[in-house]
Amino acid sequence: MNAPLRKVAISVLVLFTLLIVNVNVIQVFRADELRADARNTRVLVEQYDEQRGSIIVDGTEIALSEATEGPLTYLRRYPQGPLYAPVTGYNSLIFGNRGLEEAVDEVLSGDDARLALSFRRLTELFTGQDLSGGSVELTLDPAVQEAAMSALEGRVGAVVALDPQTGAVLGLASTPTYDPNPLSSHDPSAIRAYAEELEAQETDPRTNVAISERYPAGSIFKVVVAAAALASGDYAPETVIPAPQDYILPGTTTDLQNFGDQPCSPTGEQPLIEALTISCNTAFAQLGIDLGEEAVREMAEALGIDGTGFEIPLEVEGSTLGEIDGDAALGQTSIGQLDVALTPMQAAMIAAAVANDGVLMNPYLVESVQAPDLTVIDQTEPETFSEPFSADVAEQLTRMMTNVVDEGTGRRAQISGIEVAGKTGTAENAGPDHNWFIGFAPAGDPSIAVAVFIRNGGGTGGDISAPIAREVIEAHLQGGG
Amino acid sequence: MAAPVNGPGTDPRAALAPGTAVPTRRGTELLLLGFAVLITLAAHLIIDITVTGSPGTEMVTFGVWFSVLWAVAHVVVRRFAPYADPLLLPCVAVLSGLGLSMIHRLDIAGEQVGGNGAASVDAPVQLVWATVGLVLFIAVLVIVRDHRALSRFAYTLALIGLVLLALPAVLPNSEINGAKLWIRFGGFSIQPGEFAKICLIVFFAAYLVDKRDVLALASRRVLRLELPRGRDLGPVLLAWVASILVLVFERDLGSSLLLFGIFVVMLYVATERASWLVIGLLLFAGGAFVAYQLFGHVRVRVDTWLDPFAYADTGGYQVVQSLFSLGTGGLFGAGLGGGRPDQVPVAKSDFIAAAIGEELGLFGLVAMIVIYLVLVERGLRTSLVVRDGFGKLLAAGLAFSLAWQVFVVLGGVTGLLPLTGLTTPFLAYGGSSLVANFGLVALLVRISDAARRPAGTAVATPPKLTDAPTEVVQP
Repeated sequence: MNAPLRKVAISVLVLFTLLIVNVNVIQVFRADELRADARNTRVLVEQYDEQRGSIIVDGTEIALSEATEGPLTYLRRYPQGPLYAPVTGYNSLIFGNRGLEEAVDEVLSGDDARLALSFRRLTELFTGQDLSGGSVELTLDPAVQEAAMSALEGRVGAVVALDPQTGAVLGLASTPTYDPNPLSSHDPSAIRAYAEELEAQETDPRTNVAISERYPAGSIFKVVVAAAALASGDYAPETVIPAPQDYILPGTTTDLQNFGDQPCSPTGEQPLIEALTISCNTAFAQLGIDLGEEAVREMAEALGIDGTGFEIPLEVEGSTLGEIDGDAALGQTSIGQLDVALTPMQAAMIAAAVANDGVLMNPYLVESVQAPDLTVIDQTEPETFSEPFSADVAEQLTRMMTNVVDEGTGRRAQISGIEVAGKTGTAENAGPDHNWFIGFAPAGDPSIAVAVFIRNGGGTGGDISAPIAREVIEAHLQGGG
Repeated sequence: MAAPVNGPGTDPRAALAPGTAVPTRRGTELLLLGFAVLITLAAHLIIDITVTGSPGTEMVTFGVWFSVLWAVAHVVVRRFAPYADPLLLPCVAVLSGLGLSMIHRLDIAGEQVGGNGAASVDAPVQLVWATVGLVLFIAVLVIVRDHRALSRFAYTLALIGLVLLALPAVLPNSEINGAKLWIRFGGFSIQPGEFAKICLIVFFAAYLVDKRDVLALASRRVLRLELPRGRDLGPVLLAWVASILVLVFERDLGSSLLLFGIFVVMLYVATERASWLVIGLLLFAGGAFVAYQLFGHVRVRVDTWLDPFAYADTGGYQVVQSLFSLGTGGLFGAGLGGGRPDQVPVAKSDFIAAAIGEELGLFGLVAMIVIYLVLVERGLRTSLVVRDGFGKLLAAGLAFSLAWQVFVVLGGVTGLLPLTGLTTPFLAYGGSSLVANFGLVALLVRISDAARRPAGTAVATPPKLTDAPTEVVQP
């Protein structure tokens, strides 16, 4: 038995050599990368010696660091915790930085190059005081954020509000929400206990529905198809298009019906503006097929629906149309079903493009970066994201979307004395329907574009989401914006 | 291995002319034990001073207790196994000492910067378990005067092993962290699998020595492999099925992998046929594939193993934290008491190696692995030298089980293998594992004593186990 024994001895040597090689890789070659990882809380512990910068909304600190008597010098506090949680994220000893705490960590921790030459930091460096980080002022409108969060209460959903002219994010709401304070405390057991409480919920409140989740778009996608039709030059709002009660998708036996199997028009055809107003499925399925995949996809991509994510600087998941396999699929895609998956942020961008004469601005959340002594060291300049369609097309779409709110499915978004443009969406999925509304106001000179999304709300976009959009828009317009 | 290295403890019979006294090397053992105790106490002191600023009040009690522990072990070996391999005990001493220091270090982690202020007292509990382990160690050396006597109880031990293995699956309230491998009563919880492992190794050794000729000789030649006859596949299939059952009913990936690996390697050593390794590997691959397809918990383990960072907040949390711990430690480590090994979940038990890697660095961790390697290779050396087949197989099985367990555990902690629930022998917090492994080392010490004992010297006391009363138990 000695020959195999010797082989076993050598094999053991080989196995242990593997272990040793592997720890060499981890502790030598990957050491720097592992040490610097944002999720490595050891680095975080060192950071507690510095006063982290604040996150500011309209002059009020929504995240700030305060000196404590404990072993970790600074404690992160969020005075209005749950209201801004979808934006701020948290600064946790155990879970690391999330949300803006992660996205603008370099500024807040003082590592950003723009801060290096600030007077305050230089004096701190030479006098040996605790270093302090820079602050960020956000674009958010507190009235919009409050209206959005309270309107969403009790539901799983999101509201995104943009200033269509600049792309500034006015509101970024996601529910259910949570309190970042316990997650950012210095007591590991309290942090864990709260995290377990959050994990136990059906939807972890730390999920940001507004930017990191994608959902079938339903009828709000008809705005994109309408834009493609108008941009082609072959259609005007008054162009009469087929709108049958039932539409058999080409090459299949699938009978595509309208909502509640209602006829769109007694004659089986209607003007484009009318089809959008009552959200006629058969008309838009056929319109999409007539335009062709290329035209629909081009318009969607110009609006940002191209599968790639972007940063505001929070990370926004990429929205997508999915693969479109033939005309039947194109028909379903054209009414926002099948594989069409949008983030609420992306939905708001569609409304914003229409509102801003066909110029889509880059959404951004950080208005300015401030040094510890509050001097502004960087101001965000609005940038164009894309120009998906002409001002003419935008004007026609505005007229059509205004009609939706005036006399169509979006009536519940009406505000007396102010013209609101919008589009509803009721998206089918495995559960109860998702409810969408996108829109902007005032239609003549828009200062706010919104998207409202309610997950599995069960009703229609017009019933559930349109009134929320109305409250958010009202809050913004009354606030003098 | 054409020219085996002759260390100080190598078979002394080759070097000495008949009639000369064989050195027992007990002095070497004592010296090394002293060194192990010294290292442990120094580590303890450094930890106390770094973390709290002054030596802890329990330092003296701990120092005396720990020293006496190994002094007693040494005296018992000197009396009952004078020719035992002198390296086995010091390796165990330094590993368990390092473990105790690290558990103590994690106990007081709450008192350092950023901690929650609370301290726990797991190290004293572990010291008590080490003492219980020593009692088992002594009991084995005193009762088992000749390891060959154990082969008489092979089937009894097999039964005990299987019962211990199956117990947690049948008993309620045995689930901790998703795996059912505990028996709980009162305030205690015991992992019977650790004891089952040893019982089964003894059985495997006895069974395979008995059947090796049949398993080795009756074969057919297919391709270039000597394949066993179909009916001789029985035992290996049985071991395989048992492993699968453990996996299914106790969700214990580690024990399942451990037992099957040990059995296949012992089968290979017994029969000298590589075909058993091939068959074992194929069965393992098949079992692993089916388990991956059927069981969610296996799939999750494998997925998080392939890309732990993708699951950093959920299933991969432990491994990712372990990697952070190791990476932050780097080449030289943060120093004892200087790191944050308490950031890793279950650092005292499953991830104690990460804690050592963080504070003692790559050097400390590799040193620890090499100590395990020395322990295992001394065990295999014992197996090479011992004269009887049963002893050979038993020593090989015990030594390989240690190697395999260390490989699987450290592989899991460092991301080389999927994470299993196995414990790090001698180091990790946990009574069952510590006590059982003390028993395992006692058997190795016993066999190594027989191996190095000069030929012709009778066993000091006639083996009591062969006496009449034991016949009653025989089938």
